Amino acid sequence: MRILVTVKFTPDLQSQRSFTDGTVTRTADDGSMNELDENAVEAALQLVEAAGEGEVYALTVGGADAVAAVRKALQLGANHAIHVNDDAVAGSDVFGTAAVLAAAIRKVHDENPLDLVITGMAALDGLTSMLPTALAAELDWSQLTLASSLEVGDGNATIVRHLPDAHETVTAPLPAVVSVTDELNKPRYPNFKLIMAARKAEVMQWSLADLGVDAASVGAGASRTTVVDASPRPPRAHQQIVTDTGNGGNALAAFLIEKGLA
Amino acid sequence: MSTADNPIAVLVELRDGAVARPTLEALTLARSLGTPVAVWLGTEPDADAVAQLGEFGAAEVRVAAIGAEARYPAKAGAAIAAATEDASLLLVVSTFLNKEIVTRLAVTTGAGVVVDAAGVEFVDGEVEAFQTVFAATWNVRTRIAGKAIVGVRPNTTTASAAEAPGAASIVPISVQLPATRETVTAVEPVAQIEGVPLAEAPVVVSGGRGTGGDYALVTELAELLGGAVGASRDATDEGWISHEHMVGQTGTTVTPALYVACGISGAVHHRGGMQASGTIVAINMDPDAPIFEICDFGVVGSLFDVLPQAIEAVKAHRGA
Repeated sequence: MRILVTVKFTPDLQSQRSFTDGTVTRTADDGSMNELDENAVEAALQLVEAAGEGEVYALTVGGADAVAAVRKALQLGANHAIHVNDDAVAGSDVFGTAAVLAAAIRKVHDENPLDLVITGMAALDGLTSMLPTALAAELDWSQLTLASSLEVGDGNATIVRHLPDAHETVTAPLPAVVSVTDELNKPRYPNFKLIMAARKAEVMQWSLADLGVDAASVGAGASRTTVVDASPRPPRAHQQIVTDTGNGGNALAAFLIEKGLA
Repeated sequence: MSTADNPIAVLVELRDGAVARPTLEALTLARSLGTPVAVWLGTEPDADAVAQLGEFGAAEVRVAAIGAEARYPAKAGAAIAAATEDASLLLVVSTFLNKEIVTRLAVTTGAGVVVDAAGVEFVDGEVEAFQTVFAATWNVRTRIAGKAIVGVRPNTTTASAAEAPGAASIVPISVQLPATRETVTAVEPVAQIEGVPLAEAPVVVSGGRGTGGDYALVTELAELLGGAVGASRDATDEGWISHEHMVGQTGTTVTPALYVACGISGAVHHRGGMQASGTIVAINMDPDAPIFEICDFGVVGSLFDVLPQAIEAVKAHRGA
Protein backbone atom coordinates (compact mmCIF):
# COMPACT_ATOMS: atom_id res chain seq x y z
CA MET A 1 0.00 0.00 0.00
CA ARG A 2 1.61 3.24 -1.14
CA ILE A 3 -0.13 6.41 -0.07
CA LEU A 4 0.66 10.08 -0.50
CA VAL A 5 -0.93 12.62 1.83
CA THR A 6 -1.13 16.28 0.85
CA VAL A 7 -0.73 18.61 3.81
CA LYS A 8 -0.97 22.35 4.13
CA PHE A 9 0.80 24.86 6.34
CA THR A 10 -1.80 27.06 8.00
CA PRO A 11 -1.68 29.78 10.63
CA ASP A 12 -2.47 28.70 14.19
CA LEU A 13 -6.24 29.02 14.63
CA GLN A 14 -5.80 30.78 17.94
CA SER A 15 -3.45 33.41 16.52
CA GLN A 16 -4.43 36.68 14.93
CA ARG A 17 -4.72 35.93 11.23
CA SER A 18 -4.34 38.54 8.56
CA PHE A 19 -3.69 39.40 4.96
CA THR A 20 -0.61 40.85 3.30
CA ASP A 21 -0.88 42.06 -0.28
CA GLY A 22 -4.01 40.03 -0.88
CA THR A 23 -2.76 36.69 0.38
CA VAL A 24 -2.97 35.04 3.78
CA THR A 25 -0.03 35.89 6.00
CA ARG A 26 1.67 32.66 7.03
CA THR A 27 4.60 32.64 9.42
CA ALA A 28 6.41 29.70 11.02
CA ASP A 29 6.21 30.92 14.60
CA ASP A 30 2.46 30.61 14.78
CA GLY A 31 1.61 27.92 12.24
CA SER A 32 1.75 24.23 11.63
CA MET A 33 0.03 21.54 9.61
CA ASN A 34 -3.65 22.21 8.94
CA GLU A 35 -5.47 20.43 11.75
CA LEU A 36 -7.86 18.58 9.41
CA ASP A 37 -4.86 17.10 7.56
CA GLU A 38 -4.09 15.10 10.71
CA ASN A 39 -7.12 12.94 9.87
CA ALA A 40 -5.65 12.33 6.40
CA VAL A 41 -2.25 11.30 7.81
CA GLU A 42 -3.99 9.05 10.34
CA ALA A 43 -6.06 7.36 7.61
CA ALA A 44 -2.91 6.67 5.57
CA LEU A 45 -0.99 5.27 8.56
CA GLN A 46 -3.88 3.00 9.53
CA LEU A 47 -4.22 1.61 6.00
CA VAL A 48 -0.48 0.86 5.76
CA GLU A 49 -0.49 -0.69 9.24
CA ALA A 50 -3.48 -2.88 8.35
CA ALA A 51 -1.85 -3.95 5.08
CA GLY A 52 1.34 -4.83 6.93
CA GLU A 53 3.42 -3.19 4.22
CA GLY A 54 3.72 0.08 2.42
CA GLU A 55 4.88 3.66 2.72
CA VAL A 56 3.37 7.05 3.41
CA TYR A 57 4.58 10.20 1.64
CA ALA A 58 3.72 13.67 2.90
CA LEU A 59 3.65 16.43 0.29
CA THR A 60 3.27 20.15 0.73
CA VAL A 61 3.64 23.20 -1.49
CA GLY A 62 4.51 26.63 -0.17
CA GLY A 63 7.28 28.94 0.98
CA ALA A 64 10.13 28.06 3.37
CA ASP A 65 7.80 27.97 6.40
CA ALA A 66 5.63 25.27 4.84
CA VAL A 67 8.24 22.64 5.67
CA ALA A 68 6.71 22.64 9.20
CA ALA A 69 3.65 20.89 7.75
CA VAL A 70 5.56 17.90 6.35
CA ARG A 71 7.75 17.72 9.48
CA LYS A 72 4.55 17.35 11.51
CA ALA A 73 3.50 14.49 9.21
CA LEU A 74 6.89 12.82 9.79
CA GLN A 75 6.39 13.16 13.55
CA LEU A 76 3.09 11.34 13.19
CA GLY A 77 4.74 8.50 11.27
CA ALA A 78 4.97 9.38 7.59
CA ASN A 79 8.02 7.79 5.92
CA HIS A 80 8.97 10.43 3.36
CA ALA A 81 8.49 14.19 3.06
CA ILE A 82 8.40 16.36 -0.06
CA HIS A 83 8.31 20.14 -0.09
CA VAL A 84 7.65 21.93 -3.36
CA ASN A 85 9.24 25.28 -2.67
CA ASP A 86 9.30 27.78 -5.49
CA ASP A 87 8.66 31.52 -5.32
CA ALA A 88 6.64 31.30 -8.55
CA VAL A 89 3.91 29.32 -6.76
CA ALA A 90 2.98 32.23 -4.48
CA GLY A 91 -0.51 33.59 -5.07
CA SER A 92 -1.79 30.51 -6.91
CA ASP A 93 -5.53 29.85 -6.84
CA VAL A 94 -6.91 26.37 -6.15
CA PHE A 95 -6.43 25.31 -9.77
CA GLY A 96 -2.76 26.40 -9.82
CA THR A 97 -2.12 24.67 -6.50
CA ALA A 98 -3.79 21.49 -7.80
CA ALA A 99 -1.60 21.58 -10.94
CA VAL A 100 1.59 21.82 -8.87
CA LEU A 101 0.51 19.10 -6.43
CA ALA A 102 -0.53 16.86 -9.34
CA ALA A 103 2.87 17.29 -11.02
CA ALA A 104 4.65 16.28 -7.81
CA ILE A 105 2.29 13.32 -7.31
CA ARG A 106 2.94 12.14 -10.88
CA LYS A 107 6.68 12.31 -10.27
CA VAL A 108 6.31 9.98 -7.26
CA HIS A 109 3.75 7.78 -9.03
CA ASP A 110 5.86 7.35 -12.19
CA GLU A 111 8.82 6.05 -10.18
CA ASN A 112 6.74 3.63 -8.13
CA PRO A 113 2.92 3.64 -8.45
CA LEU A 114 0.77 5.02 -5.66
CA ASP A 115 -2.54 3.48 -4.60
CA LEU A 116 -4.07 6.55 -2.98
CA VAL A 117 -3.73 10.25 -2.43
CA ILE A 118 -5.43 11.29 0.80
CA THR A 119 -6.28 14.89 1.76
CA GLY A 120 -8.11 16.60 4.61
CA MET A 121 -11.68 17.78 4.00
CA ALA A 122 -10.74 21.46 4.05
CA ALA A 123 -8.00 23.82 5.16
CA LEU A 124 -9.01 25.71 8.25
CA ASP A 125 -7.59 28.96 6.85
CA GLY A 126 -9.36 28.87 3.50
CA LEU A 127 -12.06 26.25 3.88
CA THR A 128 -13.10 26.20 0.24
CA SER A 129 -12.93 22.38 0.14
CA MET A 130 -12.34 22.61 -3.61
CA LEU A 131 -8.79 21.24 -3.74
CA PRO A 132 -9.54 17.48 -3.54
CA THR A 133 -11.94 17.70 -6.50
CA ALA A 134 -9.55 19.88 -8.50
CA LEU A 135 -6.71 17.44 -7.76
CA ALA A 136 -8.74 14.38 -8.86
CA ALA A 137 -9.69 16.19 -12.07
CA GLU A 138 -6.09 17.29 -12.74
CA LEU A 139 -4.71 13.76 -12.16
CA ASP A 140 -7.71 12.16 -13.90
CA TRP A 141 -7.93 9.68 -11.00
CA SER A 142 -11.01 8.46 -9.13
CA GLN A 143 -12.59 11.05 -6.84
CA LEU A 144 -13.83 9.87 -3.43
CA THR A 145 -14.46 12.96 -1.35
CA LEU A 146 -15.72 13.72 2.17
CA ALA A 147 -15.17 10.17 3.40
CA SER A 148 -16.60 9.39 6.82
CA SER A 149 -15.54 5.78 6.33
CA LEU A 150 -12.94 4.31 4.00
CA GLU A 151 -12.17 0.74 2.94
CA VAL A 152 -9.55 -0.37 0.45
CA GLY A 153 -9.30 -3.81 -1.14
CA ASP A 154 -9.24 -5.72 -4.44
CA GLY A 155 -8.01 -2.69 -6.33
CA ASN A 156 -10.94 -0.51 -5.23
CA ALA A 157 -11.65 2.05 -2.54
CA THR A 158 -15.11 2.47 -1.04
CA ILE A 159 -16.26 5.39 1.07
CA VAL A 160 -19.41 6.54 2.80
CA ARG A 161 -20.05 10.26 2.60
CA HIS A 162 -22.58 12.17 4.67
CA LEU A 163 -24.40 14.76 2.58
CA PRO A 164 -27.28 16.76 4.07
CA ASP A 165 -29.95 14.76 2.20
CA ALA A 166 -28.39 11.31 2.11
CA HIS A 167 -25.53 9.05 3.09
CA GLU A 168 -23.89 7.88 -0.12
CA THR A 169 -21.72 4.80 -0.58
CA VAL A 170 -19.30 5.39 -3.44
CA THR A 171 -16.79 2.95 -4.87
CA ALA A 172 -14.05 3.45 -7.47
CA PRO A 173 -10.92 1.77 -8.78
CA LEU A 174 -7.46 2.76 -7.55
CA PRO A 175 -5.58 5.02 -7.85
CA ALA A 176 -7.97 7.43 -6.17
CA VAL A 177 -7.96 10.83 -4.51
CA VAL A 178 -9.75 10.52 -1.17
CA SER A 179 -10.63 13.43 1.10
CA VAL A 180 -11.47 12.48 4.67
CA THR A 181 -13.62 14.21 7.28
CA ASP A 182 -12.82 14.60 10.95
CA GLU A 183 -15.47 11.94 11.63
CA LEU A 184 -13.29 9.22 10.05
CA ASN A 185 -10.75 8.73 12.84
CA LYS A 186 -9.05 10.21 15.87
CA PRO A 187 -5.52 11.33 14.96
CA ARG A 188 -2.70 9.96 17.09
CA TYR A 189 -0.21 12.08 18.99
CA PRO A 190 3.41 12.17 17.84
CA ASN A 191 5.67 9.99 19.97
CA PHE A 192 9.05 11.11 21.29
CA LYS A 193 11.08 8.76 19.10
CA LEU A 194 9.39 9.98 15.92
CA ILE A 195 9.73 13.62 16.98
CA MET A 196 13.48 13.17 17.36
CA ALA A 197 13.73 11.28 14.07
CA ALA A 198 11.63 13.87 12.21
CA ARG A 199 14.12 16.60 13.13
CA LYS A 200 16.89 14.82 11.26
CA ALA A 201 14.80 13.31 8.46
CA GLU A 202 15.56 14.54 4.99
CA VAL A 203 12.84 16.57 3.29
CA MET A 204 13.02 16.40 -0.50
CA GLN A 205 13.01 19.94 -1.90
CA TRP A 206 11.56 20.26 -5.40
CA SER A 207 11.23 23.28 -7.64
CA LEU A 208 8.77 23.83 -10.48
CA ALA A 209 11.60 23.08 -12.91
CA ASP A 210 12.10 19.68 -11.21
CA LEU A 211 8.42 18.99 -11.89
CA GLY A 212 8.37 20.30 -15.45
CA VAL A 213 5.74 22.91 -14.55
CA ASP A 214 5.84 26.19 -16.44
CA ALA A 215 6.14 28.95 -13.82
CA ALA A 216 3.86 31.20 -15.88
CA SER A 217 1.02 28.66 -15.65
CA VAL A 218 0.74 29.02 -11.86
CA GLY A 219 1.13 31.73 -9.24
CA ALA A 220 -0.63 35.06 -8.87
CA GLY A 221 -0.34 35.88 -12.58
CA ALA A 222 -2.30 32.78 -13.61
CA SER A 223 -4.87 32.99 -10.82
CA ARG A 224 -8.46 33.41 -11.98
CA THR A 225 -9.29 35.35 -8.82
CA THR A 226 -7.63 38.37 -7.22
CA VAL A 227 -8.23 39.77 -3.75
CA VAL A 228 -8.86 43.47 -4.34
CA ASP A 229 -9.63 44.45 -0.76
CA ALA A 230 -9.21 42.89 2.68
CA SER A 231 -9.98 44.62 5.93
CA PRO A 232 -10.56 43.52 9.52
CA ARG A 233 -14.18 43.61 10.60
CA PRO A 234 -14.90 46.05 13.39
CA PRO A 235 -15.57 44.43 16.78
CA ARG A 236 -19.20 44.28 17.86
CA ALA A 237 -20.25 47.64 19.23
CA HIS A 238 -22.25 48.33 22.40
CA GLN A 239 -21.70 44.90 23.86
CA GLN A 240 -23.74 44.21 27.00
CA ILE A 241 -22.89 41.47 29.50
CA VAL A 242 -25.09 40.99 32.55
CA THR A 243 -24.66 38.59 35.45
CA ASP A 244 -27.78 36.66 36.37
CA THR A 245 -28.85 37.51 39.90
CA GLY A 246 -32.41 36.35 39.37
CA ASN A 247 -33.35 38.63 36.47
CA GLY A 248 -31.04 37.48 33.67
CA GLY A 249 -33.82 35.86 31.65
CA ASN A 250 -35.94 39.00 31.77
CA ALA A 251 -32.96 41.10 30.69
CA LEU A 252 -32.39 38.73 27.76
CA ALA A 253 -36.04 38.88 26.72
CA ALA A 254 -36.01 42.68 26.94
CA PHE A 255 -32.94 42.79 24.67
CA LEU A 256 -34.58 40.52 22.07
CA ILE A 257 -37.83 42.52 22.15
CA GLU A 258 -35.98 45.85 21.84
CA LYS A 259 -34.09 44.51 18.80
CA GLY A 260 -37.31 43.25 17.22
CA LEU A 261 -36.01 39.68 17.36
CA ALA A 262 -38.74 38.23 19.56
CA MET B 1 -30.32 29.12 -26.41
CA SER B 2 -31.56 32.31 -24.93
CA THR B 3 -32.89 35.70 -25.71
CA ALA B 4 -32.19 36.83 -22.14
CA ASP B 5 -30.18 40.02 -21.86
CA ASN B 6 -27.10 39.54 -19.62
CA PRO B 7 -28.23 36.15 -18.32
CA ILE B 8 -27.24 35.36 -14.73
CA ALA B 9 -27.50 31.62 -14.19
CA VAL B 10 -28.77 30.28 -10.85
CA LEU B 11 -28.44 26.58 -10.01
CA VAL B 12 -31.69 25.44 -8.39
CA GLU B 13 -31.32 23.71 -5.03
CA LEU B 14 -34.08 21.24 -4.24
CA ARG B 15 -35.37 19.99 -0.94
CA ASP B 16 -37.87 17.13 -0.97
CA GLY B 17 -38.57 17.95 -4.61
CA ALA B 18 -39.40 21.62 -3.94
CA VAL B 19 -37.28 24.72 -4.56
CA ALA B 20 -35.21 25.50 -1.44
CA ARG B 21 -35.31 29.00 0.01
CA PRO B 22 -31.62 29.82 -0.65
CA THR B 23 -32.37 29.45 -4.37
CA LEU B 24 -35.02 32.18 -4.06
CA GLU B 25 -32.42 34.34 -2.29
CA ALA B 26 -29.96 33.70 -5.14
CA LEU B 27 -32.61 34.60 -7.75
CA THR B 28 -33.29 37.84 -5.85
CA LEU B 29 -29.56 38.60 -5.92
CA ALA B 30 -29.36 37.67 -9.62
CA ARG B 31 -32.16 40.15 -10.46
CA SER B 32 -29.95 42.97 -9.22
CA LEU B 33 -27.24 41.87 -11.67
CA GLY B 34 -29.04 40.92 -14.88
CA THR B 35 -31.72 38.53 -16.10
CA PRO B 36 -31.95 35.42 -13.93
CA VAL B 37 -32.12 32.06 -15.68
CA ALA B 38 -32.66 29.01 -13.49
CA VAL B 39 -30.69 25.81 -14.11
CA TRP B 40 -32.53 22.67 -13.06
CA LEU B 41 -30.81 19.27 -12.75
CA GLY B 42 -32.45 15.92 -12.04
CA THR B 43 -36.03 14.97 -12.81
CA GLU B 44 -38.42 17.28 -14.71
CA PRO B 45 -39.74 20.19 -12.61
CA ASP B 46 -43.44 20.36 -11.78
CA ALA B 47 -45.61 23.34 -12.71
CA ASP B 48 -45.58 24.80 -9.19
CA ALA B 49 -41.80 24.92 -9.12
CA VAL B 50 -41.61 26.59 -12.54
CA ALA B 51 -44.24 29.14 -11.49
CA GLN B 52 -42.34 29.92 -8.29
CA LEU B 53 -39.05 30.38 -10.15
CA GLY B 54 -40.83 32.78 -12.52
CA GLU B 55 -42.30 34.66 -9.59
CA PHE B 56 -38.77 35.31 -8.28
CA GLY B 57 -37.60 36.59 -11.64
CA ALA B 58 -36.35 33.60 -13.62
CA ALA B 59 -36.96 34.26 -17.33
CA GLU B 60 -36.17 30.66 -18.19
CA VAL B 61 -35.85 27.33 -16.47
CA ARG B 62 -33.17 25.37 -18.27
CA VAL B 63 -33.78 21.71 -17.55
CA ALA B 64 -31.10 19.05 -17.83
CA ALA B 65 -33.16 15.94 -17.04
CA ILE B 66 -30.24 13.77 -15.97
CA GLY B 67 -32.05 12.15 -13.02
CA ALA B 68 -29.86 10.60 -10.33
CA GLU B 69 -26.74 11.24 -12.46
CA ALA B 70 -26.85 14.69 -10.85
CA ARG B 71 -25.27 13.04 -7.78
CA TYR B 72 -21.95 12.83 -9.67
CA PRO B 73 -20.06 16.16 -9.45
CA ALA B 74 -18.42 15.70 -12.89
CA LYS B 75 -21.76 14.91 -14.57
CA ALA B 76 -23.61 17.71 -12.84
CA GLY B 77 -20.77 20.03 -13.84
CA ALA B 78 -21.06 18.97 -17.49
CA ALA B 79 -24.83 19.54 -17.46
CA ILE B 80 -24.41 23.02 -15.99
CA ALA B 81 -21.73 23.84 -18.56
CA ALA B 82 -24.16 22.93 -21.36
CA ALA B 83 -26.88 25.08 -19.78
CA THR B 84 -24.79 28.19 -19.08
CA GLU B 85 -22.68 28.79 -22.17
CA ASP B 86 -24.11 32.31 -22.57
CA ALA B 87 -23.92 33.32 -18.90
CA SER B 88 -20.98 35.35 -17.57
CA LEU B 89 -21.94 34.54 -13.98
CA LEU B 90 -23.33 31.43 -12.29
CA LEU B 91 -24.67 31.58 -8.74
CA VAL B 92 -24.99 28.43 -6.64
CA VAL B 93 -25.81 27.88 -2.98
CA SER B 94 -22.55 27.28 -1.12
CA THR B 95 -22.83 23.62 -0.05
CA PHE B 96 -20.13 20.94 0.09
CA LEU B 97 -21.67 19.13 -2.92
CA ASN B 98 -22.01 22.32 -4.97
CA LYS B 99 -18.37 23.20 -4.26
CA GLU B 100 -17.40 19.88 -5.85
CA ILE B 101 -19.74 20.42 -8.79
CA VAL B 102 -18.49 23.93 -9.55
CA THR B 103 -14.86 22.80 -9.24
CA ARG B 104 -15.49 20.19 -11.96
CA LEU B 105 -17.32 22.82 -14.00
CA ALA B 106 -14.50 25.35 -13.63
CA VAL B 107 -11.86 22.79 -14.60
CA THR B 108 -13.64 22.32 -17.94
CA THR B 109 -14.67 25.95 -18.61
CA GLY B 110 -11.76 27.86 -17.07
CA ALA B 111 -14.12 29.89 -14.88
CA GLY B 112 -12.90 31.55 -11.69
CA VAL B 113 -14.62 30.55 -8.46
CA VAL B 114 -15.38 32.18 -5.12
CA VAL B 115 -17.39 30.17 -2.59
CA ASP B 116 -18.96 31.03 0.77
CA ALA B 117 -19.71 34.54 -0.50
CA ALA B 118 -22.02 36.99 1.24
CA GLY B 119 -22.72 38.94 -1.94
CA VAL B 120 -21.64 39.75 -5.48
CA GLU B 121 -21.75 42.73 -7.82
CA PHE B 122 -20.36 43.91 -11.14
CA VAL B 123 -17.59 46.51 -10.93
CA ASP B 124 -16.42 47.93 -14.27
CA GLY B 125 -17.94 44.93 -15.99
CA GLU B 126 -16.12 42.41 -13.83
CA VAL B 127 -17.55 40.22 -11.10
CA GLU B 128 -16.55 40.99 -7.53
CA ALA B 129 -17.63 38.74 -4.67
CA PHE B 130 -17.39 39.54 -0.97
CA GLN B 131 -16.83 37.17 1.89
CA THR B 132 -16.06 37.15 5.56
CA VAL B 133 -13.10 34.93 6.37
CA PHE B 134 -11.01 33.74 9.33
CA ALA B 135 -14.05 32.97 11.48
CA ALA B 136 -15.69 36.17 10.21
CA THR B 137 -12.97 38.49 11.53
CA TRP B 138 -12.05 39.87 8.10
CA ASN B 139 -14.00 41.17 5.10
CA VAL B 140 -12.56 40.25 1.74
CA ARG B 141 -13.49 41.37 -1.76
CA THR B 142 -12.32 39.20 -4.66
CA ARG B 143 -12.38 40.00 -8.39
CA ILE B 144 -12.97 37.17 -10.82
CA ALA B 145 -11.48 37.53 -14.28
CA GLY B 146 -13.71 36.33 -17.12
CA LYS B 147 -16.37 33.70 -16.59
CA ALA B 148 -17.35 33.59 -12.94
CA ILE B 149 -18.92 31.17 -10.48
CA VAL B 150 -19.96 32.38 -7.04
CA GLY B 151 -21.18 30.16 -4.19
CA VAL B 152 -23.52 32.20 -2.01
CA ARG B 153 -24.23 31.47 1.64
CA PRO B 154 -27.87 31.16 2.75
CA ASN B 155 -29.39 34.14 4.59
CA THR B 156 -27.09 36.70 2.96
CA THR B 157 -29.86 38.11 0.70
CA THR B 158 -33.49 38.57 1.69
CA ALA B 159 -35.61 36.68 -0.82
CA SER B 160 -38.35 38.75 -2.47
CA ALA B 161 -40.60 38.13 -5.43
CA ALA B 162 -39.99 40.19 -8.58
CA GLU B 163 -42.02 43.41 -8.93
CA ALA B 164 -43.10 42.39 -12.41
CA PRO B 165 -43.01 38.59 -12.25
CA GLY B 166 -43.24 36.77 -15.54
CA ALA B 167 -43.85 33.21 -16.55
CA ALA B 168 -40.59 31.31 -16.88
CA SER B 169 -40.26 29.37 -20.09
CA ILE B 170 -38.88 25.86 -19.95
CA VAL B 171 -35.80 25.26 -22.08
CA PRO B 172 -34.70 21.61 -22.35
CA ILE B 173 -30.92 21.18 -22.32
CA SER B 174 -29.35 18.16 -23.98
CA VAL B 175 -26.04 17.10 -22.57
CA GLN B 176 -23.47 14.40 -23.24
CA LEU B 177 -22.54 13.18 -19.75
CA PRO B 178 -18.90 12.24 -19.18
CA ALA B 179 -18.07 8.75 -17.93
CA THR B 180 -16.87 8.64 -14.34
CA ARG B 181 -14.69 6.13 -12.54
CA GLU B 182 -16.84 6.34 -9.43
CA THR B 183 -20.07 4.42 -8.86
CA VAL B 184 -22.63 5.44 -6.26
CA THR B 185 -23.68 2.02 -4.96
CA ALA B 186 -26.09 3.07 -2.22
CA VAL B 187 -28.03 6.19 -1.27
CA GLU B 188 -29.55 6.15 2.18
CA PRO B 189 -31.83 9.16 2.71
CA VAL B 190 -31.23 11.10 5.92
CA ALA B 191 -34.25 11.86 8.09
CA GLN B 192 -34.52 15.64 7.83
CA ILE B 193 -34.52 17.74 10.96
CA GLU B 194 -38.08 18.90 11.64
CA GLY B 195 -38.83 22.45 10.62
CA VAL B 196 -36.50 24.90 8.93
CA PRO B 197 -33.06 23.55 7.92
CA LEU B 198 -30.20 24.70 10.15
CA ALA B 199 -28.17 26.39 7.41
CA GLU B 200 -31.15 28.52 6.32
CA ALA B 201 -32.83 29.26 9.63
CA PRO B 202 -33.33 32.96 10.46
CA VAL B 203 -32.84 32.09 14.14
CA VAL B 204 -30.57 29.39 15.58
CA VAL B 205 -30.61 28.39 19.25
CA SER B 206 -27.67 26.12 20.09
CA GLY B 207 -26.83 24.07 23.14
CA GLY B 208 -23.42 22.82 24.22
CA ARG B 209 -21.76 21.12 27.17
CA GLY B 210 -23.74 23.29 29.59
CA THR B 211 -26.98 21.56 28.63
CA GLY B 212 -25.73 18.29 30.10
CA GLY B 213 -27.59 16.66 27.24
CA ASP B 214 -30.98 18.20 28.05
CA TYR B 215 -32.20 20.05 24.97
CA ALA B 216 -35.78 20.70 26.15
CA LEU B 217 -35.27 24.42 26.93
CA VAL B 218 -33.06 25.03 23.88
CA THR B 219 -35.72 23.42 21.67
CA GLU B 220 -38.52 25.37 23.35
CA LEU B 221 -36.80 28.71 22.75
CA ALA B 222 -35.98 27.74 19.15
CA GLU B 223 -39.62 26.87 18.47
CA LEU B 224 -40.83 30.05 20.15
CA LEU B 225 -38.55 32.18 17.93
CA GLY B 226 -39.24 30.17 14.77
CA GLY B 227 -35.70 28.90 14.58
CA ALA B 228 -33.64 25.74 14.36
CA VAL B 229 -31.71 23.86 17.05
CA GLY B 230 -27.93 23.79 16.82
CA ALA B 231 -25.22 22.18 18.89
CA SER B 232 -21.52 22.38 19.62
CA ARG B 233 -19.06 19.66 18.69
CA ASP B 234 -18.84 18.67 22.38
CA ALA B 235 -22.54 17.90 22.41
CA THR B 236 -22.54 15.87 19.18
CA ASP B 237 -19.41 13.99 20.29
CA GLU B 238 -21.21 13.08 23.52
CA GLY B 239 -24.04 11.69 21.39
CA TRP B 240 -26.54 14.06 23.00
CA ILE B 241 -27.78 15.22 19.61
CA SER B 242 -27.11 14.12 16.02
CA HIS B 243 -24.22 15.38 13.91
CA GLU B 244 -26.67 17.14 11.56
CA HIS B 245 -27.15 19.78 14.31
CA MET B 246 -23.46 20.62 14.68
CA VAL B 247 -22.58 24.26 14.08
CA GLY B 248 -18.92 24.81 13.31
CA GLN B 249 -16.26 24.91 10.67
CA THR B 250 -16.61 21.20 9.86
CA GLY B 251 -20.33 21.01 10.53
CA THR B 252 -22.87 23.54 9.34
CA THR B 253 -21.93 27.17 8.91
CA VAL B 254 -24.83 29.42 9.88
CA THR B 255 -25.49 33.12 9.41
CA PRO B 256 -28.91 33.71 10.99
CA ALA B 257 -30.26 37.10 12.02
CA LEU B 258 -30.13 35.84 15.64
CA TYR B 259 -27.82 33.22 17.16
CA VAL B 260 -28.34 32.15 20.77
CA ALA B 261 -25.48 30.11 22.28
CA CYS B 262 -26.56 28.26 25.44
CA GLY B 263 -23.88 26.61 27.55
CA ILE B 264 -21.35 26.85 24.72
CA SER B 265 -17.88 28.11 25.62
CA GLY B 266 -17.12 29.23 22.07
CA ALA B 267 -14.16 27.17 20.91
CA VAL B 268 -12.56 28.52 17.77
CA HIS B 269 -14.09 25.80 15.57
CA HIS B 270 -17.55 26.70 16.80
CA ARG B 271 -17.05 30.45 16.39
CA GLY B 272 -15.92 29.89 12.80
CA GLY B 273 -19.33 28.42 12.04
CA MET B 274 -21.49 31.20 13.51
CA GLN B 275 -19.48 34.37 14.00
CA ALA B 276 -20.99 36.10 10.94
CA SER B 277 -24.49 35.91 12.46
CA GLY B 278 -26.45 39.16 12.74
CA THR B 279 -26.99 39.36 16.50
CA ILE B 280 -25.26 36.96 18.88
CA VAL B 281 -26.56 36.18 22.35
CA ALA B 282 -24.66 33.98 24.82
CA ILE B 283 -25.60 32.35 28.11
CA ASN B 284 -22.79 30.70 30.05
CA MET B 285 -21.83 30.01 33.66
CA ASP B 286 -18.19 30.93 33.01
CA PRO B 287 -17.64 34.70 32.72
CA ASP B 288 -14.32 34.01 30.95
CA ALA B 289 -15.89 31.88 28.19
CA PRO B 290 -14.59 33.07 24.79
CA ILE B 291 -18.14 33.24 23.44
CA PHE B 292 -18.63 36.43 25.48
CA GLU B 293 -15.90 38.15 23.43
CA ILE B 294 -18.02 37.98 20.27
CA CYS B 295 -21.57 38.35 21.57
CA ASP B 296 -23.83 41.41 21.46
CA PHE B 297 -25.66 40.42 24.62
CA GLY B 298 -24.40 37.98 27.23
CA VAL B 299 -25.81 36.55 30.44
CA VAL B 300 -23.40 35.03 32.95
CA GLY B 301 -25.56 32.39 34.58
CA SER B 302 -27.19 29.00 34.28
CA LEU B 303 -29.23 28.37 31.16
CA PHE B 304 -31.63 26.38 33.36
CA ASP B 305 -32.45 29.62 35.22
CA VAL B 306 -32.16 32.11 32.36
CA LEU B 307 -34.02 30.31 29.55
CA PRO B 308 -37.32 29.57 31.37
CA GLN B 309 -37.54 33.18 32.53
CA ALA B 310 -36.71 34.53 29.07
CA ILE B 311 -39.25 32.20 27.43
CA GLU B 312 -42.00 33.34 29.85
CA ALA B 313 -41.10 37.01 29.33
CA VAL B 314 -41.25 36.69 25.53
CA LYS B 315 -44.59 34.88 25.76
CA ALA B 316 -45.92 37.56 28.14
CA HIS B 317 -44.78 40.31 25.75
CA ARG B 318 -46.52 38.63 22.81
CA GLY B 319 -49.66 38.10 24.84
CA ALA B 320 -49.70 41.73 25.94
